[in-house]
Amino acid sequence: MSLNPEYLKEERNQMWRAELRSKTRNKERMLIPRVKMPELAPAIRVKYQDKEVNMGLELSQALTEASRCMDCVNPTCIEGCPVSINIPKFIKHIEQGEILLAAATLKETNALPAVCGRVCPQEKQCESRCFYVEKTDKPAVAIGHLERFAADFERNSGSSNIPDTAKPNGIKIAAVGSGPASLSFAGDMVKYGYDVTVFEALHEIGGVLKYGIPEFRLPNSVVDFELENLRKMGVKFETNYIVGRTSSFDDLREEGYQGFFIASGAGLPRFMEIPGENYNGILSSNEYLTRVNLMGAAMDEKDTPVLKGKNVAVIGGGNTAMDSVRTALRLGAQRAIIIYRRSEAEMPARVEEVKHAKEEGVEFMTLCNPLEYFADQKGRVSGMRLNRMGLGEPDSSGRRRPMPIEGSEFDLDIDLVVVAVGVSPNPLIPSCLPDLKVTKWGTIVVDEDKMQSSISEMFAGGDIVRGGATVILAMGDGRKAAENMDNFLKNKSNQ
Amino acid sequence: MNKIIEKRYFSDKVVQLIVENPLIAKSRKPGNFVILRIGEDGERFPLTISDADSVRGTITLVVQIMGVSSSKLVALEVGDSITDLVGPLGKPTHIENIGTVLAAGGGVGVAPLLPIVEAFKKAGNRVITVIAARNKELIILEDEIRKWSDEVIVMTDDGSHGRQGLVTAGMEEIILREKVDECIVIGPAIMMKFASLLTKKYSIPTQASLNSIMVDGTGMCGACRVTVGGKTKFTCVDGPEFDAHQVDFDEMLMRLGGYLQEERRATEIYSQKF
Repeated sequence: MSLNPEYLKEERNQMWRAELRSKTRNKERMLIPRVKMPELAPAIRVKYQDKEVNMGLELSQALTEASRCMDCVNPTCIEGCPVSINIPKFIKHIEQGEILLAAATLKETNALPAVCGRVCPQEKQCESRCFYVEKTDKPAVAIGHLERFAADFERNSGSSNIPDTAKPNGIKIAAVGSGPASLSFAGDMVKYGYDVTVFEALHEIGGVLKYGIPEFRLPNSVVDFELENLRKMGVKFETNYIVGRTSSFDDLREEGYQGFFIASGAGLPRFMEIPGENYNGILSSNEYLTRVNLMGAAMDEKDTPVLKGKNVAVIGGGNTAMDSVRTALRLGAQRAIIIYRRSEAEMPARVEEVKHAKEEGVEFMTLCNPLEYFADQKGRVSGMRLNRMGLGEPDSSGRRRPMPIEGSEFDLDIDLVVVAVGVSPNPLIPSCLPDLKVTKWGTIVVDEDKMQSSISEMFAGGDIVRGGATVILAMGDGRKAAENMDNFLKNKSNQ
Repeated sequence: MNKIIEKRYFSDKVVQLIVENPLIAKSRKPGNFVILRIGEDGERFPLTISDADSVRGTITLVVQIMGVSSSKLVALEVGDSITDLVGPLGKPTHIENIGTVLAAGGGVGVAPLLPIVEAFKKAGNRVITVIAARNKELIILEDEIRKWSDEVIVMTDDGSHGRQGLVTAGMEEIILREKVDECIVIGPAIMMKFASLLTKKYSIPTQASLNSIMVDGTGMCGACRVTVGGKTKFTCVDGPEFDAHQVDFDEMLMRLGGYLQEERRATEIYSQKF
């Protein structure tokens, strides 16, 4: 989904943009080095679960970085953005010093800019399509850092710009789940004039943004501010509500709901099904992170407990594994180890997360695979057996297949294990809808261009469709579903 | 929402609450559970629904004071509201007319057993129920169970009510006397383990409703995993009822103790406060 090229051209031809371009020559712009994100020192940050590692750019840094952007005729960066942010426009507003206008530009297409500025893998998306990367050997404009800067500036300014919404059309729409896919969907649907209610099973809105991503990467206050903006736009929220269970889809249809967007997430954590995996002290990353992030288990006043380990092994190489291992360090682990069966080059985690983890003292045991766990007399895990792996030919994911090396088994003393090897789709909602087409893995089948499921008024997106993806891809699904549901409902009423 | 309408003490540790929640009252089925959270600092914990009145829009919960969360729930008075209540969760009990059903409940396990006994009776089964507890004071819902059972045997450890002995003694007496087509057992894990061993000896299909540790209750965390027939299952979405003969009760007992230290410490801090 890309922005209309005519519109982009028109925007680019605005007087203020043309003036900015002529003010500084491209050669000069290219000489400016890429900004470095100020970070809290590792020795300090590992003591706090809730202190953000990335501190955000200063105004002067943002202004300079914004002037690196050459406002290309053909802004390929936008093609790399799943929610099609008008990237040059917002960056040029920053260069111009109109930071609030930059923030408003972000919100034209992105319901959660302060979130995306923090957790998007920009290096694989917009920034990978930046002129500097495509045509020179210089690093990309720090689009992500600038996005975060503009969104934070607005939040801290106390004046929050609420995007325009169309006249309410009175048509009720239900969004199931309150993670990034759903929030992005809801934001667009209220803009189109629909009466949107977001239903959440947990007691808090935000989905993975709240239960999954730790505060040192994404503070809850940032998420809450974005939620408040959606509320002001007219999105309604219902917590403690499991659509299909608390009420059936038919009940909601009777109440007048005409469209459903299912974004219930990737519910079930995967385990490796190896001996001893059900010992106490071996838990999924979902459980570990939910206890700490959603339930505040690290705080004394909270009732939810969390197991603390001296020697913590985290199995997996994704962002969730990095979040878990860094959480373990912050909860006092003396040794926190990433155990990953491939090499660092194949790790799906963001480069930044790996870098931060290393700075904080996380050990990386790559090309190692768990075989079995051992426990003490009470059933608490006390150790594990692993073997070393070599890399063979590329597999279906394009990454080299890890192969066990015979006779390479070794044991490790550990007292806490967090398993972060992926998730399976949550069966709760599909099981309530016998007519809904699902894949053999349990993900909902959709027409990829429209995100429409086998039940015509039901659209779906995010992990329940993808089986495990990023915040921004989920948000892209939400936008696509909103646009197509709007068309679908309009066509239906015209018939 | 979630307002407590009635509160009744079965004993100083066991309390019945009737809670307003019209949506759950309407949609719940026997065997379903809810997740609760009391106060902003509260933890999420499961309780099986004991009864519901869809006309009044209420559900009935029975709670035994065990630790901090159950204490906080019991501390709520009529008119107070439960901060968060979500459900119904879990697969409902499979109810059909199969002949004779032997239902066994231990302690507060009798509360979730009640709607199942009622449903089996209404489906046309002959229902014999054994309810058991340590002593007379801890026997709950006897009249309600009698209403839906063809026969009731009460067992207490100390003989202060009904007969002296364990739940399995009452069950075995019935099994030896007449043909039982299915058993359902709900209670402490150790009770379910021995009840299951007994019915396995007589090859009677048996369902057990498990009370695992849970956080979200929707399949997300995996804290409630249990080995059934050699495979890992999640109590919250695959259960809470399983073929008792396939459940690894020893592992379940071990996993129930997974946070024992943390729970003890929390209970100490809580009791010092009050």
